[in-house]
Amino acid sequence: MNQPNLNFNYKYGFSMPQKYVFKAKKGLNEEVVAAISTMKKEPVWMTEFRLKAFGIFKEKNMPNWGADLSRINFNEIFYYIKPTNKQVNKWENLPKEIRETYDKIGIPEAEKKYLMGVSAQYESEVVYESVNKQLSKQGVIFCDMGMAVKKYPDIVKKYFGSVIPASDNKFAALNSSVWSGGSFVYVPKGIKVKLPLQAYFRINAEQFGQFERTLIIVEEGGYVHYVEGCTAPVYATDSLHAAVVEIIVKKGARVRYTTVQNWSKNVYNLVTKRSRVEEDGIMEWVDCNIGSQVTMKYPSCYLMGKRARGEVLSIAFSGKNQHQDAGAKMLHFAPDTSSRIISKSISKDGGRTSYRGLVQVRPGAKNSSVYVSCDALILDDRSRSDTYPDMKIKETDINVQHEATVEKLGEEKLFYLSSRGINKTESEGLLVNGFIDPVAKEIPLEYAIELNRLINLEMSGSVG
Amino acid sequence: MQTQSFRPTYAGRNNLPRTEKMEDKTPLLILKNLSVNITGKKILKNIDFTFHKNKIYAIMGPNGSGKSTLAYTIMGNPSYVLEKNSSILYKNKEIQADLPDKRAKNGIFLSFQNPLSLSGVNVFQLLRLALSGIKDPLTVKEEIEKYARLLKIDLELTERSLNDGASGGEKKKLELLQAVVLNPDLQIFDEIDTGVDVDALKIIAGFIKQHKHNKTYIIITHYNRILKYIRPDVVMVMIDGKIAKTGDYRLAETIEKKGYEKLRTL
Repeated sequence: MNQPNLNFNYKYGFSMPQKYVFKAKKGLNEEVVAAISTMKKEPVWMTEFRLKAFGIFKEKNMPNWGADLSRINFNEIFYYIKPTNKQVNKWENLPKEIRETYDKIGIPEAEKKYLMGVSAQYESEVVYESVNKQLSKQGVIFCDMGMAVKKYPDIVKKYFGSVIPASDNKFAALNSSVWSGGSFVYVPKGIKVKLPLQAYFRINAEQFGQFERTLIIVEEGGYVHYVEGCTAPVYATDSLHAAVVEIIVKKGARVRYTTVQNWSKNVYNLVTKRSRVEEDGIMEWVDCNIGSQVTMKYPSCYLMGKRARGEVLSIAFSGKNQHQDAGAKMLHFAPDTSSRIISKSISKDGGRTSYRGLVQVRPGAKNSSVYVSCDALILDDRSRSDTYPDMKIKETDINVQHEATVEKLGEEKLFYLSSRGINKTESEGLLVNGFIDPVAKEIPLEYAIELNRLINLEMSGSVG
Repeated sequence: MQTQSFRPTYAGRNNLPRTEKMEDKTPLLILKNLSVNITGKKILKNIDFTFHKNKIYAIMGPNGSGKSTLAYTIMGNPSYVLEKNSSILYKNKEIQADLPDKRAKNGIFLSFQNPLSLSGVNVFQLLRLALSGIKDPLTVKEEIEKYARLLKIDLELTERSLNDGASGGEKKKLELLQAVVLNPDLQIFDEIDTGVDVDALKIIAGFIKQHKHNKTYIIITHYNRILKYIRPDVVMVMIDGKIAKTGDYRLAETIEKKGYEKLRTL
């Protein structure tokens, strides 16, 4: 291969030679699924879970709505790569290439400042992890999902696949059969984790699909903020990211899940994220999608208990050849439940954004309230934005608000800013960052800064 | 990119003879044969005028006479088309091809008649970006707070989306706040007295007057009201895209009494 895979204009567009310990063959069949399970020395129930899910995957059709997925070729993807032999818990012990990659995305600094524990996923295996001692003392578990299957089988078995069954959709089935890596978080009753738990991860092999699996359980009255930031290098062929994130919010508990995602422009990012929220529980998804070729992602809250609250704040940015099909799902099952969706999308250089939202108020969910606000900003005539709001209200005594705006970046605003000495590119960046501000200010500072930088980078046209 | 005026600090600076201002007749902005078309219609017609350094100019005229167009043209609104042979000379350089941000960096400022609301962008974010590499963010922040106090702008307003939900007077004060922090040599105020109550007008006029040192002002207005606070050196009256008359501050008083109709027939 020659150089074209490397594109240094792209901020995180680098890749490095790697030493793989094990690399499964391209394509998928029962043998590969079983081999992954064997490789990971999993208990029988998990092997069976995977094989059953694979059966469902084969049966399921591709989604016939949303973004164009026709170019995904499941036979051209590696489903498992294990880069090093064993887990390490110190930076110095990480392989040099991996350390360099992480240095480029700045993990060590971030860690020094903020991190309680980092679960950094490199390829499909978590290779680095340092859990703060205090976390363990409080009984909080924060570890690699694969390790959790072995160390905490009772909890994992009880909840794994309980919120998102393999049969939910084709990509959830795929993830269920070949998942690898991801985080497991368990917060015991009444424990409030003060600092955000953070996991960085990145895809770093051509034609390699990443299928991490995250499970978060917060017991009664507990609290945790989980943050995932993703950056990925550029590759010439398409890669697939199909993650599953399941969250269980018990009575009176609260979970916030923040994503700042910047996949490279060839990644299909098809993620199923869902939470089950019990009485008085609060679930907040903050979801920022900048990169990828195609994203389909609709974080959802199943509001099962009285007064449960769900919130999705999302930002989607689509540039040239990108389609962000993102939104949210809110299902009200109990009385006095409330949900809020705030979506901000930006399209530029022929990019396309779609807001797709589903709100259901089931019979019996009396006195519930629903608030949906979706704003689209279109930067030029070649770009496109669509809104697909779907509301199924089966109860009368409820309060529903829906607002939608579409805005073009006006010449007048640009002239106003230029009269202050700010050039067009800077002005656009400022206005776009202002547009997303209501959501961006909900993100931890370091990620908000990163998001701001990524947006300015996109605006200056130095990317892609 | 000299936008800050140079002020000598040697002793005796304040004791310079009063004639200093009289002698200072350096041209700052020269409009030559300036004609401007907007969507095919000629709005400004062959304007010739020289604005001198450190003077205060008032431009008056009835609605639609081209006052705002002139202001936008000097600032460089990209949707305006200048006719061939039109020329704008600023600090001895032709600037008609320069984009507005370059003109601004060169020391031209326009206070908008209807300042735009910018959601999610506060005045600090705007000024920090505008002054990056010129003033450090901390100084910008301090200056905003200092001048906001002088202008009686609620500090909370400086932290909100610019002009979002602000009253007419607050918007104009925020324009002035930007002007003083950006510290440009040439400041054009397009109807800074419109939509402003008496108290706010007093503050605005007082502030402009107080900061006139080393500044050239162009005050566009319909009324003599503001000019009673800030006496202009030159009053220019525009009618139908042309300069109908120029004079000293007394011209503004005449207009107040007699209106524009008489000038139209001249």
